[in-house]
Amino acid sequence: MVSHINLNQIDNMQFDVLREIGNIGAGNATTALSQMINSKIDMKVPKVDLLEFKELSDIVGGAENIVVGILFTLEGQIDGMMMFMMDLSAARHLVNLLMGTTTDSQTTDFSDMELSALNEIGNIIAGAYLSSLSSLTNMLITSSVPYMSIDMSGAILSVPAIEFGKIGDKALLIETEFGDDIKAVNGYFILIPTLESYGAILSSLGL
Amino acid sequence: MDNMIKVGMADLNICVTPDAITTLGLGSCVGIVLYDPRKKIAGLVHVMLPDSTKIINNENKAKFADTGIDLLIKKMCDIGANSNSLIAKIAGGAQMFAFGSNSEMMRIGERNVEATKIKLKQLGIRIMAEDTGANYGRTIEFYPETGELHIKSVGKERKIL
Repeated sequence: MVSHINLNQIDNMQFDVLREIGNIGAGNATTALSQMINSKIDMKVPKVDLLEFKELSDIVGGAENIVVGILFTLEGQIDGMMMFMMDLSAARHLVNLLMGTTTDSQTTDFSDMELSALNEIGNIIAGAYLSSLSSLTNMLITSSVPYMSIDMSGAILSVPAIEFGKIGDKALLIETEFGDDIKAVNGYFILIPTLESYGAILSSLGL
Repeated sequence: MDNMIKVGMADLNICVTPDAITTLGLGSCVGIVLYDPRKKIAGLVHVMLPDSTKIINNENKAKFADTGIDLLIKKMCDIGANSNSLIAKIAGGAQMFAFGSNSEMMRIGERNVEATKIKLKQLGIRIMAEDTGANYGRTIEFYPETGELHIKSVGKERKIL
């Protein structure tokens, strides 16, 4: 029996479970990132929101704010997609940490090397996030290679929003703030299982 | 211009000169502007999906190309637009991520544009201008006073259609 879920009328229990998945995933992702750049990274408790589409892009600094989105498609026992998104200065800060550079955070152009570093950051973060989801649910999840786009947040968010749009009128957004001593970086996770996979995740956890 | 009326994702609104209407950061969604040039009444709908009949949960009519356009026309006619004199300008439907595969999920922008064109053709509304496809986001502004559609994208010149 697969439990049914309607994102428009989600109950507290289901919301808590989804939030907890977000917490654990983001925690693991932060640890992985910290190991990658070999420095301490702190993370605040993630904020989980179910948002109307109209509100979605306002959260990330307005629909025209330029952001980096790294997207993965998921296969295996959970189908869907996940995206990690951060604003331009956060992306620049992470690239600087990883590559030991000090490029100004407002520079919008990334070299090929820096883009590839960003992709790798995305890979590590998504990998850690998904492996925690996988062990929590005891389900096999595989992800595609990372696809990256740097553009207005509204345009980037339209891709996961459309997937949410197929199953309801709200999107589930997990915001995590992490950072080193110098700068706090805001990152956003968006996990979009297909409707069937939502049910499968909740059933695997006994709901 | 007096006010700039903002339309969100899966949302629609109407506007009368001297106001203008905008939607920010269109990605794979399509922004459809309908315009009655004589009355200078315009409407804008920001649709996410092509077809309401394929989706179980379809209460939000502005989310779909088919029902969104119908509802927009109704709202415009309610304030005095003439449904026979409407023209259209459309933008958006980009593919934001460079997926290699041709799966359904990836072609959504293209399918939104196709569905929009089919619906407008059925209604006999002519598309006067379009800026669709490619791989970048667009902010659009429509000015009923002049009938101009302004398109802004990251790192590109402002386009006027």
